[in-house]
Amino acid sequence: MRATMVCHALTGENGKGEPRSMTDKQTFDLIVIGAGPGGYVAAIRAAQLGMKTAIVEAKHLGGICLNWGCIPTKALLRSAEVLHLARHAKDFGLKIDEAGIDFPAIIKRSRRVSARLSKGVEHLMKKNNITIINGWGRLLGKGRVGVEADGKAVAELQAKHIIIATGARPRALPGLEPDGKLVWSYFDALNPDRLPRSLLVIGSGAIGIEFASFYHAMGAEVTVVEIAERIMPAEDAEVSDFARKVMAKQGIKFMLGAKVEELKKGQETVTAIIDDGKEKHEITVERVLAATGVVANVENIGLEEAGVRIKDGVIAINEWMQTSASGVYAIGDVAGAPMLAHKASHEAVICVEKIAGVKGVHPMNRAHIPACTYCHPQVASVGLTEQQAKDKGLKVKVGRFPLIANGKAIALGDTDGFVKTIFDAKTGELLGAHMVGPEVTEMIQGYVVGMTLETTEAELMHTIFPHPTISESMHESVLAAFGHPLHI
Amino acid sequence: MPIAILMPALSPTMTEGKIARWLKQEGEAVNAGDIIAEIETDKAVMELEATDEGTLAKIAVPEGSEGVPVNAVIAILAEDGEDVAEVAQIDPATLAPAGVSAASAAAASDGGEAARPAGQPQAATPPSPTASTPSPAAATTSPPPATLAASPAAARPAAGGAAGRIFASPLARRLAREHGLDLALISGSGPRGRIVKADVEAALAAGVGRTAAPAATGMAAGMSDAEVLALYPQGSYEVQPIDSMRKAIAGRLTLSKQTVPHFYLTVDCLIDRLLEVRKAINAEAPQGEDGKPLWRLSVNDFVIKAWALALKKVPEANTTWTNGGMLQHHQVDVSVAVAIEGGLITPIIRAADALPLHDISATMKDLASRARARRLKPEEYQGGTTSISNLGMFGIRQFAAVINPPQATILAVGEGRQRVVAEDGQPVVRTVMTVTLSADHRAVDGAVAAQALTAFRRYIEEPALMLMEG
Repeated sequence: MRATMVCHALTGENGKGEPRSMTDKQTFDLIVIGAGPGGYVAAIRAAQLGMKTAIVEAKHLGGICLNWGCIPTKALLRSAEVLHLARHAKDFGLKIDEAGIDFPAIIKRSRRVSARLSKGVEHLMKKNNITIINGWGRLLGKGRVGVEADGKAVAELQAKHIIIATGARPRALPGLEPDGKLVWSYFDALNPDRLPRSLLVIGSGAIGIEFASFYHAMGAEVTVVEIAERIMPAEDAEVSDFARKVMAKQGIKFMLGAKVEELKKGQETVTAIIDDGKEKHEITVERVLAATGVVANVENIGLEEAGVRIKDGVIAINEWMQTSASGVYAIGDVAGAPMLAHKASHEAVICVEKIAGVKGVHPMNRAHIPACTYCHPQVASVGLTEQQAKDKGLKVKVGRFPLIANGKAIALGDTDGFVKTIFDAKTGELLGAHMVGPEVTEMIQGYVVGMTLETTEAELMHTIFPHPTISESMHESVLAAFGHPLHI
Repeated sequence: MPIAILMPALSPTMTEGKIARWLKQEGEAVNAGDIIAEIETDKAVMELEATDEGTLAKIAVPEGSEGVPVNAVIAILAEDGEDVAEVAQIDPATLAPAGVSAASAAAASDGGEAARPAGQPQAATPPSPTASTPSPAAATTSPPPATLAASPAAARPAAGGAAGRIFASPLARRLAREHGLDLALISGSGPRGRIVKADVEAALAAGVGRTAAPAATGMAAGMSDAEVLALYPQGSYEVQPIDSMRKAIAGRLTLSKQTVPHFYLTVDCLIDRLLEVRKAINAEAPQGEDGKPLWRLSVNDFVIKAWALALKKVPEANTTWTNGGMLQHHQVDVSVAVAIEGGLITPIIRAADALPLHDISATMKDLASRARARRLKPEEYQGGTTSISNLGMFGIRQFAAVINPPQATILAVGEGRQRVVAEDGQPVVRTVMTVTLSADHRAVDGAVAAQALTAFRRYIEEPALMLMEG
């Protein structure tokens, strides 16, 4: 799952971790608050660089990403994928009499995958001699961090450097607040009491679309309501339209430019009043998933006391992740969009290396952060959309290559998709790449490497892509942008 | 497989050369190490040594050809067992590395960048201006064409780069080429100093790094050749061809005046004592078999020594500006301008601060005579941390010299001549030598330059002080 909105370390509730018997003051070189993909990576890198490091976590090592986001959703979607293949066995000349669903077993597998990875993070902390402190961390000013568990102070820590990596949590819009039973947040969608027969998904960002894809595959009747005029509004418009058409053909219903006005809750059902701008619709479903974004966890962590400035709901940072308070840094979701796990981890490394004075540390280039959504078909992108490039006043060359002309995609029996590339017509700089289709989430990094190395079309054209692979379409798309694709 | 012999890049700034002479003829056998041709570059005539053996099947570029781009195919070697006549039929263009046209094609039109990818997989390391430079004679190459074709993004040697290669992203290269920027003059901010897009954009904004190519061909920017010619009646002049040295001088000095903020400091030095010391030392020189003294120190030898010691004393002035930081050099390498036919060249007295006067004198003599014969190796005239230009022998009293980039200083030395000067309120006759220091204000401020120049005067006026410094 694209971690937009999901990968954070702390949630709104206070930690239930076992309190350490620590009343004495402990001094570290670095304290990290929050053990998500930003925080725990920061701790590891710091330890590698010889810093005495502590990490404070209120809930689970690995944060939302490992426990309630990226990873468990991938486990669910894998089940959906295997089911899809089993049901289409005939297309591949295979006989599978009946492909059924054991829903509790699917959920159990997903939780097992998360648990295993969380254990893995714990192992990494120990291996790197990082002190794990379970509890709610709070800045006390002047390099001090207080930790509470079960309402009691369990530790007071001191360090020259403090990194805040407290993540984000689901946004609760008025009237659409998750209740844990009928109206879900992603926590509930990942661990439901039963498989609902119908699901209304509010919001078509990465979270909404991935759950829509999963529950649809499980057999639920899924309706997606999106307030914008297209799904996955952050993606290139062509990608949005293509993905919507494919998913609509699979049977997912979409209501675009539509707003949920009211949720009327019954015993086991919810009736939603939806205004699509022309008329009002009433839809009755068993469950509603509110996937309307996330908000940064900036409350109750002592930001104000420590003099850490908040801007637009997130901690304001500079290119080295320094906040307005000296010695206090912020990384990941709490420091703003894009709220993606890999962005948090990358910020973590840069932040820590800068603190340690590692030579040659470079700020992150925000134009080169990829994003992946693991619906069916998958969506992956990096850089500017065509519209964004044009809005910047750039003259562009755009290449497109449909997977229907790719040998490997045909052999896989999965040809819904295309690769779109956007070049600066003047300089040949690769400005953006947008892909829909099988395995595109594994392929996008080819373009990311190219962009990071500041490639032009010449190097991409000169790159030899192995045959037969879906990635050959990436080559063809570049050729197409300059008017000479080979296979269409 | 036939082996292409390419125009080598014999120096970091070389983009093209002239085939001065072929020493092997078509059909002759060639052994590795044989000198097959003489190449004339902007600064010197150098020998082209074969690295492979075979038979010289075809000379693609005839003797006397000028403006042959680096990496152009200049000859084709047939390997043992190959039919020489058949190999001779090969079109040299088919063996050219990607991006480099055959020798006949114009090269410098795009600022020279495309003409010097130096994609020489089997070649010796590209020469760098440091002492580690390989012999220029070893810089020939003969990679199989397939290897060459696969190295489109190869870099050319960097001026001043220790590794001899400029690391820059493909996008940065393209932007620099399109805007006529010389990557060698841009410092990189990317990983390990790699030049990235942002650096080129910054250089563009700051107006640095512009290659002098346009200025080297058209005299004053803004005036085309046709416009200049229109000012003078036909037949009232003769057109002198611009050779590679003239081009290099024009390019580098235009670049210097356009990009380096010069300022000038002038002092008068009394050199009577120096002349006495010089006389005394020269009187001690042993005589050779022909009855002439074996050595004879010149005033310029003292000037070199004194200036080197002055920079040693004021190391802040012994620097080179780069956008990434100023290089404060550990030793003083003095480039000394030597006038030669058709131009000038600046051979370097390395570590002149630590070199005894006698060695400075001997080294200078050797370098000057080889410079006049155009037999200097690149490392003997590339680099240097400061320069001296002496026009005293022409009776020039005082002048200001153009800085030789990327150095930050140049000392212009005038004639030592008797003048009436005031001393203790009385007119007295003294031998006075006026020197003017040009300094790059980006790297050297007025006060620092003044300190260096004052130190120089102290050494020149009291040569005994030089003994204190070794």
